[in-house]
Amino acid sequence: MEAQDYKSDQYVRFCPGCGDHAICMALQKAMAQIGIPTHQIAVISGIGCSSRMPHYLNTYGFNTIHGRGGAVATGVKTSHPELSVWQMSGDGDCLAIGGNHFIHEIRRNVDLNVCMFNNRIYGLTKGQYSPTSPKGFVSKSSPFGTVERPFIPAELVLGARGTFFARTLDVDMPTTVDCLVAAQQHKGCSIVECLVNCVIFNNGTHAWIADRDLRAEHSIILRHGEKMIFGKDKDKGLAIEIDPQTFIPRLIVVSADDTRVLTHDAHQQDPTLHRLLALMGQKRVEQVKTDDIDDELPIALGVIRDVEAETYDAAVNRQIQEVRAQAKAHTFDELTATLEQW
Amino acid sequence: MKHIVVRFCGDSGDGMQLTGNLFAQLGAESGHEISTLPDFPAEIRAPQGTLGGVSGFQVELGSEVYTPGDKADVVVAMNAAALKVCTLGSHFNHPQAHYDEEFAQFHRHAIVIVDTDALTDKDLEKAQYHTENPFTELGIPESVQIIPVALTALTKESLKESGLDNKSILKSRNMFALGLICWLFDEPMDKAMHLLETKFKKKPALVAPNTKVMVDGYNYGQNLALNINQIHLDQAKLTDRRVATEDGHYTSIAGNKATAWGLIAAAEKAGKRLFLGSYPITPATDIMQELALRKDMNVMVVQAEDEIAGVCTAIGAAFAGDLACTSTSGPGLSLKSEAIGLAVMAELPLVVIDVQRGGPSTGLPTKTEQTDLMQAIYGRNGECPCVVLAASTSANCFEYAYEACRLALENMTPVVLLTDTYLANGTALWRIPTAAELPEIHPQNVPERLKGKYNPALRDERGVRYWAFPGMEGFEHRNIGLERDAEKGTISTNPENHESMVRARQAKVAQVANRIPELKVISTGKKSDVLLVGWGSTEGHLHAAANELGCDLAQFNYIHPLPKNTASVLSQYKRIIVCELNTGQFAAYLRSQFPQMPIEQYNEIQGQPFAVERIVNFVKK
Repeated sequence: MEAQDYKSDQYVRFCPGCGDHAICMALQKAMAQIGIPTHQIAVISGIGCSSRMPHYLNTYGFNTIHGRGGAVATGVKTSHPELSVWQMSGDGDCLAIGGNHFIHEIRRNVDLNVCMFNNRIYGLTKGQYSPTSPKGFVSKSSPFGTVERPFIPAELVLGARGTFFARTLDVDMPTTVDCLVAAQQHKGCSIVECLVNCVIFNNGTHAWIADRDLRAEHSIILRHGEKMIFGKDKDKGLAIEIDPQTFIPRLIVVSADDTRVLTHDAHQQDPTLHRLLALMGQKRVEQVKTDDIDDELPIALGVIRDVEAETYDAAVNRQIQEVRAQAKAHTFDELTATLEQW
Repeated sequence: MKHIVVRFCGDSGDGMQLTGNLFAQLGAESGHEISTLPDFPAEIRAPQGTLGGVSGFQVELGSEVYTPGDKADVVVAMNAAALKVCTLGSHFNHPQAHYDEEFAQFHRHAIVIVDTDALTDKDLEKAQYHTENPFTELGIPESVQIIPVALTALTKESLKESGLDNKSILKSRNMFALGLICWLFDEPMDKAMHLLETKFKKKPALVAPNTKVMVDGYNYGQNLALNINQIHLDQAKLTDRRVATEDGHYTSIAGNKATAWGLIAAAEKAGKRLFLGSYPITPATDIMQELALRKDMNVMVVQAEDEIAGVCTAIGAAFAGDLACTSTSGPGLSLKSEAIGLAVMAELPLVVIDVQRGGPSTGLPTKTEQTDLMQAIYGRNGECPCVVLAASTSANCFEYAYEACRLALENMTPVVLLTDTYLANGTALWRIPTAAELPEIHPQNVPERLKGKYNPALRDERGVRYWAFPGMEGFEHRNIGLERDAEKGTISTNPENHESMVRARQAKVAQVANRIPELKVISTGKKSDVLLVGWGSTEGHLHAAANELGCDLAQFNYIHPLPKNTASVLSQYKRIIVCELNTGQFAAYLRSQFPQMPIEQYNEIQGQPFAVERIVNFVKK
């Protein structure tokens, strides 16, 4: 299969320069790499720019209502676990109106591949702040700056006992494709936070790492089994230390040849280190004012967490099979025969 | 005697629902028709012995039973609070209220069995009596036959060697009462004993003590020759309209269980997997619980995180080719509105069951009402037609749940099935059908010839679009909640296209009228100019009222679209009186459809089923 095979005949209507174009292409490439036939794939979305994605993929697709893509996708996957089910969603669709479905699909560990396009803005309604907009963000609905604290999606995913979390960036095609392929391979609810630029309403929101010159210094691509090395010259590494006063563990930047440099273990069940990794650099996106932030930790990209746990869809279907194997009645007539009757 | 009404009332911890249900089932097994009305507080356990904690269960049994009865002929009152509530009825909270037949839960000539051990000073205080003599204080007329029984002491005596602790012994008082009532109605003990064995199958240790108390209760009646005569009921005639005329097997069934089983039968008949996405809500939860139990039937139940997810998971399953359902009550239907609109727009089959309760908002969660009719027909944004059905007896919840599935699958539309608390919790005699007897169901699966040429807007000659779902090679498509192009099935904002699609969706629902039975008038045989009109759960009460009035009755099960002969039926009467448990929603709907008809209305909104007597009085005046 080629990426072309997963392209629908629809004209792609994202704004010129929108990060969603890149994710769309990455999806087609990833699906080709995975090689699942188009009729075995269902792509479910809610409402928002990102939720137009199903129209551009030559698979089964369902563009539903705002925030509910996760619940619809849960229904599709639970009733038909043999399908590859994807959910396309944004920071508003997933974390605001659809927040409840989002945490519960993660908690249940439904085997879905969720692409959460995070541009930190409501684009389709033309520029209101979102649950991931930094504090103080000026938008049409926050003309004097927001007073709210944003969500950090990774923290929410881990809080909901997520088994898979990856973060990627619209302008980094290879990492995006890798994350999407890994999401499909993971059995369970895979959340891929795609940092995308909204060229119209929030241009440059991820410039700290999207800027080609800054990216190598400000981000690290995590790969399972590899040392955590970053920097333009691959000269920096990540290590962990315990604060002697508070006993709180924290990550620090050390030289790449330091023996303390950590090796990434995405399969570790304990989420402590995954959380530290996922939260690196997030202070910078929590608030608009970043001048006083003195943080040399890079923002983590790649698959941060990928651990095994039974999926909801597998478990419910297994339970049905177990009960059916033991049961005496399998048809309506057999069932009514069990009633007290006269 | 043709029929009789028995009411069990006690504290919510006294097991009145269990006792009532067992007695009703015994009655049904003895060949009586039954109709039951559980009437319990919203609180799971209000403070013991208080007025707020009184739980009641009423059953009418015998022949020609249409309703659970307006008022009881025999009452069992387990404590002082229950005695007060059943004597004063809805006026139990009024200071200085006395027995008044209009509000009381039993007749002027009723038999009232009271546990005299539960009338201590403390009990009277908890139930807010002001004097030491409850009977005088309540003004119970002398025509009422009060049978004082030391239920508590007798139960203790019966179980003194059982080894049970005091608390468990006291909990068995209801079985003594059941035994006594069985004696009163001459119900054989062997059947009752068998029933207890089945009931306590999972707790075998409870069978022996409960059986002993029940038998002692029976013998107490027999030996002490209480000052009442045994009551002998006529056997139900199978020719009655509430029971199928043909022979077959019968059981007693509650409305919610019948609904769940209707869905199971339809899935089997349609060759589809049954999927229920739901969220617990009174009084609909039993449907989900019943289906969760039916994994043997391959039923998939998702207990969702909220009402919206309940319907949305179902919509996902419908998109993926299942018979998809969601069950709820009024507040949940409100929450599901937007998603039902999605199913209308995406033209997917979906069954939405609304077990109506008292509203608005949280309202009266455990009481009955018919106030969601307008919401079911119209309560969504945009021009958003659905098929709307209503079951009219606890037993025919099965039939209409089955119909809802049939119409959804064959017409690619959401179907809202309305039942209510009264039907859901009430039980009735049900003739068990075989799968072979049930109507065929032909889901609108896409024909193979459209492979490679399919799009989600393609319709058949009836205007019903074809259903293709993931996994089918060559039918890949994108479904949407956005408006779609009538030809290509892709997103369209074209003005003429939108209008034609709105009309196409309406026409599709309207043509369902060709696939449902015509309206049949229930007549007493006498020619009448007066037509009572009802819909849904009021059938029994209106039938009884029509019998008494000698007029005709048109009871609607198909609400939207209406049966094709509706106008011609209505036009034959001078007086058309629409009776419903709301402020006149069906009356308003009929007026909108048939503005020329002289439509009167009679309404009650008290969270209770109709009282037949009041309908009769209204029509006569």
